[in-house]
Amino acid sequence: MPYVPHTDEDVRIMLDTIGVASIDALFDEIPAEIRAKPLLEIPSGRTEMDVTRLVGERAAADGNVINFLGAGAYEHHIPAAVWDIISRGEFMTAYTPYQAEASQGTLQVIYEFQSLMAHLTAMDVSNASLYDGGSALAEAALMAVRANRKSQSGRVLVLENVNPFYCDAARNIVGNQHIEIVKVPFDATTGNVDQAALDAYAGQDFAALVVAMPSFFGTLEDVHALTDWAHANRMLMVAVVNPTALAVLTPPGEWGQKGADIVVGEGQPLGVPLSSGGPYVGFICCRNEIVRQLPGRIIGRTVDLEGKRGFTLTLQAREQHIRRSKATSNICTNQGLAMAAATIYLSLLGAEGLARVAQACHANTRKLIASLSEIPGVSVAHQSAFFHEAVLRLPKNAAEVVAALAEQRIAGGLALGEFFPDHENALLVCATEMRNDADIARYQAALRQILA
Amino acid sequence: MLIFERGQAGRRAVAQAPSTTDDLHDIPAALQRKQKPLLPEVGEMQVVRHYTNLSRKNFSIDTHFYPLGSCTMKYNPRGAHRAAMQAGFLGRHPLAHESISQGFLACLYELQEVLKGVTGMKGVSLTPMAGAQGEFAGVAMIRAYHEARKDHERKEILIPSAAHGTNPATAVMCGYKVREIPVNDEGDVDVDALRDAVGPQTAGLMMTNPSTCGVFERSVREIAEIVHAAGGLLYYDGANLNAILGKVRPGDMGFDVMHMNLHKTFATPHGGGGPGAGPVGVGERLLPYLPIPMVGKDEIEGKPRYRWLTEADIPQTIGRLSTFMGNAGVLLRAHYYASVLGREGLLRVGEFSTLNANYLMKKVQDAGFQLAYPKRRATHEFIITLNKQAKELHVSAMDFAKRILDYGYHAPTTYFPLLIPECWLIEPTETESRDELDGFVKAMVQIQAEAENNPELVRGAPYSQPVRRLDDVRAARELDLVWRPTAEQ
Repeated sequence: MPYVPHTDEDVRIMLDTIGVASIDALFDEIPAEIRAKPLLEIPSGRTEMDVTRLVGERAAADGNVINFLGAGAYEHHIPAAVWDIISRGEFMTAYTPYQAEASQGTLQVIYEFQSLMAHLTAMDVSNASLYDGGSALAEAALMAVRANRKSQSGRVLVLENVNPFYCDAARNIVGNQHIEIVKVPFDATTGNVDQAALDAYAGQDFAALVVAMPSFFGTLEDVHALTDWAHANRMLMVAVVNPTALAVLTPPGEWGQKGADIVVGEGQPLGVPLSSGGPYVGFICCRNEIVRQLPGRIIGRTVDLEGKRGFTLTLQAREQHIRRSKATSNICTNQGLAMAAATIYLSLLGAEGLARVAQACHANTRKLIASLSEIPGVSVAHQSAFFHEAVLRLPKNAAEVVAALAEQRIAGGLALGEFFPDHENALLVCATEMRNDADIARYQAALRQILA
Repeated sequence: MLIFERGQAGRRAVAQAPSTTDDLHDIPAALQRKQKPLLPEVGEMQVVRHYTNLSRKNFSIDTHFYPLGSCTMKYNPRGAHRAAMQAGFLGRHPLAHESISQGFLACLYELQEVLKGVTGMKGVSLTPMAGAQGEFAGVAMIRAYHEARKDHERKEILIPSAAHGTNPATAVMCGYKVREIPVNDEGDVDVDALRDAVGPQTAGLMMTNPSTCGVFERSVREIAEIVHAAGGLLYYDGANLNAILGKVRPGDMGFDVMHMNLHKTFATPHGGGGPGAGPVGVGERLLPYLPIPMVGKDEIEGKPRYRWLTEADIPQTIGRLSTFMGNAGVLLRAHYYASVLGREGLLRVGEFSTLNANYLMKKVQDAGFQLAYPKRRATHEFIITLNKQAKELHVSAMDFAKRILDYGYHAPTTYFPLLIPECWLIEPTETESRDELDGFVKAMVQIQAEAENNPELVRGAPYSQPVRRLDDVRAARELDLVWRPTAEQ
């Protein structure tokens, strides 16, 4: 039987040792009236060959699509070495490093990840990762409410141009703790914050202001002014950032006079494939002063009893297995594998390589929107600087255009009508370093034909 | 050595990045980074060698017997990894149109159906990204249910004292107060104490069964009746589902909602502490509240057509808990595993994990070790207490755990559950052979002899690992969480 090594002889010896007549007798403490009947609704088992063929056909059916879709998940080149190393059983099939001496590999990778993320964001510390970007924003909101002792309201201000999927996830996760997320509208012409709407909240009690760079629309806010605004109004500054962009954009630790207080984001662009939505890797960094409010796992460097350097779980007094109902979060894992992928990716790329990726993304997106804007009726929605995404206005319902592009195996972008009022014709597009001139020409031809 | 310390200024892996550079003239200078981030400057082979060597400093299922109680460290099939790592799945954008996603959606739909079948639940959502998030989803649904009925007085969740720490932490995240229910000396919930604790303030009870004491909760039907009669709902923590797969279903025990840990029961890799997946299942009453997205199936001209189910389909949903749809790659691996095992194989998971645990328990007991619950059957795991060794020999459960690393075995879970002093929670899983279990007992016997004759040896363990015992106090007191060049000696 699959994955069970016992021979009939083994079973006989084992039952004799225990002193029972059958395996079934080992379940005699389960009341008879609730014992399960055969699971007839579940199909019979199949061989590795059969299942591999079945899922192989399904994967092929979903494949061979050209991506101009971002919206929080980005297709980048992943060096071959990244997943070759991750797929080693020693990384894949280890567990939580509770026995530190037998887990130094995983522990050191996490310490390196924490270091890389702290340097990339220009923050003091990072944790060992969270589930994904959306849940990281939830944890940031909870953390800000704990850490900002000047605020009693349990309210957090979030710019409406922060990824709506993040905002949804965050609201659903924090809502039961009476934490309220209040959205600040954006200016339709710039895609950036409506300053007058933000100023209306000046002087009010909020734990934090959440600002994304780049915004969901790809645009770049004046993060320096926003950071100073938050601090002037006794709010913590929570930055939501794209890690690729940080190779070339001002890191949150240097925003405004004092820098951001908490930084979160999605680490997927760092060596993790699109893979239908996960597993991804959320990250959270902060200033030293509030490290004890940081949720999730944290690894520290220490020494062993001979003075040799080693790594171990630390600040565990924040965590659920020690603090139970008083823990900072119920989280008890990180995204170990995806975190390791990000670590190896950043090591391979280095600052220069990552900057080149960021520059190529920016250049390709510039080409993409220039090319698509040549089509009659298509225009760029926002007059703002952008990173590697932008919103186009189409002469037609964007959701219908996306469906038509899918028939030609082009993932053409995200139709925004579902998320924002009056955006039925708005399409969010992205071109990473993976797109070349031929891809862009193909997209232009397809879109031209659909809009004709 | 850290990867940072292997670098040289100006060195880099050239082939891995674009060959062109581009100016960023259209981005305001104030928003451009002035100083490069401090990332390693290394070549490709250095990176490969560095991380390959780090991997060798890990114990893992692929290299060692790993009987970590409550974690179900069973073999993770290579076929499942390969199935999930196909280009069509890896390259699929999470927001790709349904018309070019039918293969992926078909796998997810089938997995939902299998999980309904093995749990006896009426609906399953795959989206929670870990067991703890599954717990959150489950308790949030309990809350949504009471609120929809305008039953606002239910502010308390009951939790047996032996429960995983995530249970009380989750209840608090969902806005509830926690009340603990004691466990009696045979490992069962104290039913009289439960009867006294329930009332109009009870929102629900969270329970693991088989419990964290490694035994099957025999009064589960009675417990369900007491909680239901008080108007509360029952949450099943699926941490130990592996033990009863195919033998008894949470739905038939009377539970209203549960999560499953696919990284345990469905053999997906633990990845050094994630990613996991914690799908939730519910009975009739909680169907309207399941988290989104889920996968639905329509018939169009006799052919199946899969689609995402969203707020439009489930208007009372507790909503989205992740950016997209959860840990898709983990779900694909679980789908593969369930497909290979089928109903016969899934039944054998419960049978052989229980056989292995009971065999190992008997051997350990015969070797002179003290069981926490000697009158009970083991489930897929069991507890021993080394209290006697700690008291008489001054060799603790942690010392034993460190020493067994030297014998080439990962240590069992130590000091959990908290109510058993100096305990080990041992879970061998169904994929280990009898010889492996015998070897483990032999090592325990040898360590016992060492503890009696040369206790210093055991107290100083481990000796075979990359480091000796680490100074956790210093790690917490002199926080060093980030490498910086100035911090180097």
